[in-house]
Amino acid sequence: MNEESIKEQYDDKVVKYFLVATIVWAGVALLLGIYAALELASYKFNLGLQWFTFGRIRPLHTNAAIFAFAGNTIFAGIYHSMQRLLKTRMWSDAVSWFHFWGWQLIIVSAAITLPLGFTQGKEYHELEWPIDIAIAVVWVAFGLNMIQTIRRRKEPHIYVAIWFYLATFVTVALLHIVNSIEIPVGYLKSYPVYAGVQDALVQWWYGHNAVAFFLTTPFLGLMYYYIPKAVNKPVYSYRLSVVHFWSLVFIYIWAGPHHLLNTALPEWAQTLGMVFSVMLWIPSWGGMINGLMTLRGAWDKVKADPVLKFLATATIFYGMATFEGPLMSIKSVSELAHYTDWVIAHVHGGALGWNGFLSFGMIYYLVPKLWKTNLYSKSLAETHFWLGTVGIVIYMLSMWTAGISQGMMLNAVDASGHLVYPDFVQTVTRIVPLYWVRAFGGVMYFIGYLLLVYNVIKTIKLAPKAAPAVAGSSNPVLNVSVGDLVKSSHGEGPHRVLEGMPIILTVLAVVAVLVGSVIEIVPMIAATDQSSVEYANFKVKPLTSLQLAGRDLYIREGCYLCHSQMIRTMVSDVLRYGPANEMADSRYDHPFQWGSKRTGPDLARVGGKYPDLWHFRHMLNPRDIVTQSIMPEYKWLLEQKLDLSSIERRMSALQGLGVPYTDLEVSGSVEDAKKEAAALAAAVEKDGGPQGMADKEITALVAYLQSLGKQTEKK
Amino acid sequence: MGILIVLVPLALLLGFFFVGVFLWGVKSGQCDDLESPKHRMLLEKDD
Repeated sequence: MNEESIKEQYDDKVVKYFLVATIVWAGVALLLGIYAALELASYKFNLGLQWFTFGRIRPLHTNAAIFAFAGNTIFAGIYHSMQRLLKTRMWSDAVSWFHFWGWQLIIVSAAITLPLGFTQGKEYHELEWPIDIAIAVVWVAFGLNMIQTIRRRKEPHIYVAIWFYLATFVTVALLHIVNSIEIPVGYLKSYPVYAGVQDALVQWWYGHNAVAFFLTTPFLGLMYYYIPKAVNKPVYSYRLSVVHFWSLVFIYIWAGPHHLLNTALPEWAQTLGMVFSVMLWIPSWGGMINGLMTLRGAWDKVKADPVLKFLATATIFYGMATFEGPLMSIKSVSELAHYTDWVIAHVHGGALGWNGFLSFGMIYYLVPKLWKTNLYSKSLAETHFWLGTVGIVIYMLSMWTAGISQGMMLNAVDASGHLVYPDFVQTVTRIVPLYWVRAFGGVMYFIGYLLLVYNVIKTIKLAPKAAPAVAGSSNPVLNVSVGDLVKSSHGEGPHRVLEGMPIILTVLAVVAVLVGSVIEIVPMIAATDQSSVEYANFKVKPLTSLQLAGRDLYIREGCYLCHSQMIRTMVSDVLRYGPANEMADSRYDHPFQWGSKRTGPDLARVGGKYPDLWHFRHMLNPRDIVTQSIMPEYKWLLEQKLDLSSIERRMSALQGLGVPYTDLEVSGSVEDAKKEAAALAAAVEKDGGPQGMADKEITALVAYLQSLGKQTEKK
Repeated sequence: MGILIVLVPLALLLGFFFVGVFLWGVKSGQCDDLESPKHRMLLEKDD
């Protein structure tokens, strides 16, 4: 088979679709990011509408950036590079298209459900259970397509990029499934089987490795393919790239607990996370240096070619982020950085610099190649590069400054042992100007992106008539008929198909066994764990039905995105919020709500700190209470009726997970909630508060807030 | 913390799985030649 006919077999149509999806979703993710940034700069951008408040927009932004923008980039790059590296077409066109449309459908369903408040309340894992299942199915289809393509390869050696892709598939599948074990209590509502510290461990085991295996390893695969290709020079050291791969794969999985430093998590687990995080520095930098050294002797090309500029700069940002990450994982640095905008600066260095720029470099490289033409304008791409770079620098500098300023202010204790800035809002007012600067940096990055869109559209229009528009459907080279598909899937004869069966079966069996055992074992452990030693010295009261309903509203509104519920074992935290939290405090919390960012104060012990009426007025208009507050208004909570229709099912599900509700409490949950709400509302009314709140959502939320820190008693 | 009974073995299992894949790679000759692949991937002109 000559080279020409091999090439004709490649499925580039699906690559084009993934590329266009990448570009479209990038715009959505960036716009949502700018909007969220503006909401922090001024509360007025929340518009007083529930669907647009920060607590619902922020998960939409992160999901769009990670799963829609980065996800489609990965798939486009993998489908393109893999076929070439293995010299074969993707295994099954049907599976490729199922993958493409399935993934876009998942994204659309996220875009609908998240603003409506359907969320699990776990970061980057907000999507509710039916979508979780869809993700698992589509992901496995993608993996199957990939593994089968590797099996059909016409090139014996599996290039290092493909190893990175494979690790991505295997690990993300495992993480997603383990973190998705939840009990449905409605069509779009579920509780994780894990509670409190267990949920925290599982979530950040997932959360950190989502960064590692969704935003790092696949992009490293792309780096090892597109940098050598774009500069037309071999990678500096292939040996080093192999070492880079294996060391990352073995170390990454243990680093998750660095998200829980100085919390109620046992000390040894914190140290474990910290040590592995610091170890990651070495292989990460090995890979970064390997990427950059590939460009040695070719810096003149980098100067002239925007593709290389994007790819090289992405690699530099990879180096920066992987230097900063281990640094922030050191316990004493985390004291300052955790819960502040420093973390936001760190992730955006990774997301905008590493993932974003690598995507853009890949798009500028691939679009002319796939549409068989030249890039419409190099100078526009150059301008995009500089706008983007300056945008990121402005973004990161402002957020570093904001994070470190706020961290230092919050931790400042004077010689007499008092907090220097006792009011949380003092530290917020100080950094609000920086929120405007950050939004400006984001806008610059977005304008650069618009140039890319224009450039890409123009480039595609330049394409020769034979290969028009997105699909390239009338292109004889790319257009493959159904007959060809059948031939290419089964073209290798029955022998090869049979030969492949045992391996597929083995893989599927392992997956099935893993899933099965996890589903069987985990809930059992989650339940028996309730009697373990950490809880022995404490008596923890479960929430009443009204408080539970309020907690579900707390999750719906995304309160955890700005308020933590974890007082750390640090003097300043204890002085500000009260005694450090014990594991027992979140013993029955499905899901845990420790949070990862404090745009507002910690709420772990807010119960009883203020009268009920305070909370009613505060939710109606935070600025009536704290004039400089940047919190959105939550008027609809005082208007919408509290839905108790599924509270019995919810309590009974929690009872099954080991929360000690009596059967009477479960069966009487609606009555109990109504009684408690009526009493609370009457008391508020008597104090001069709003009338007729007994059946409104706000009453449940306030009941929950007043329970925080009140449930645990030392025996 | 009982969840560690699941998480640690699962992480170890994943580690062992990768060790297995690594050993398979070595055995099947994936690591025999760590020089030419980087040149060969450049040969195909993919436009």
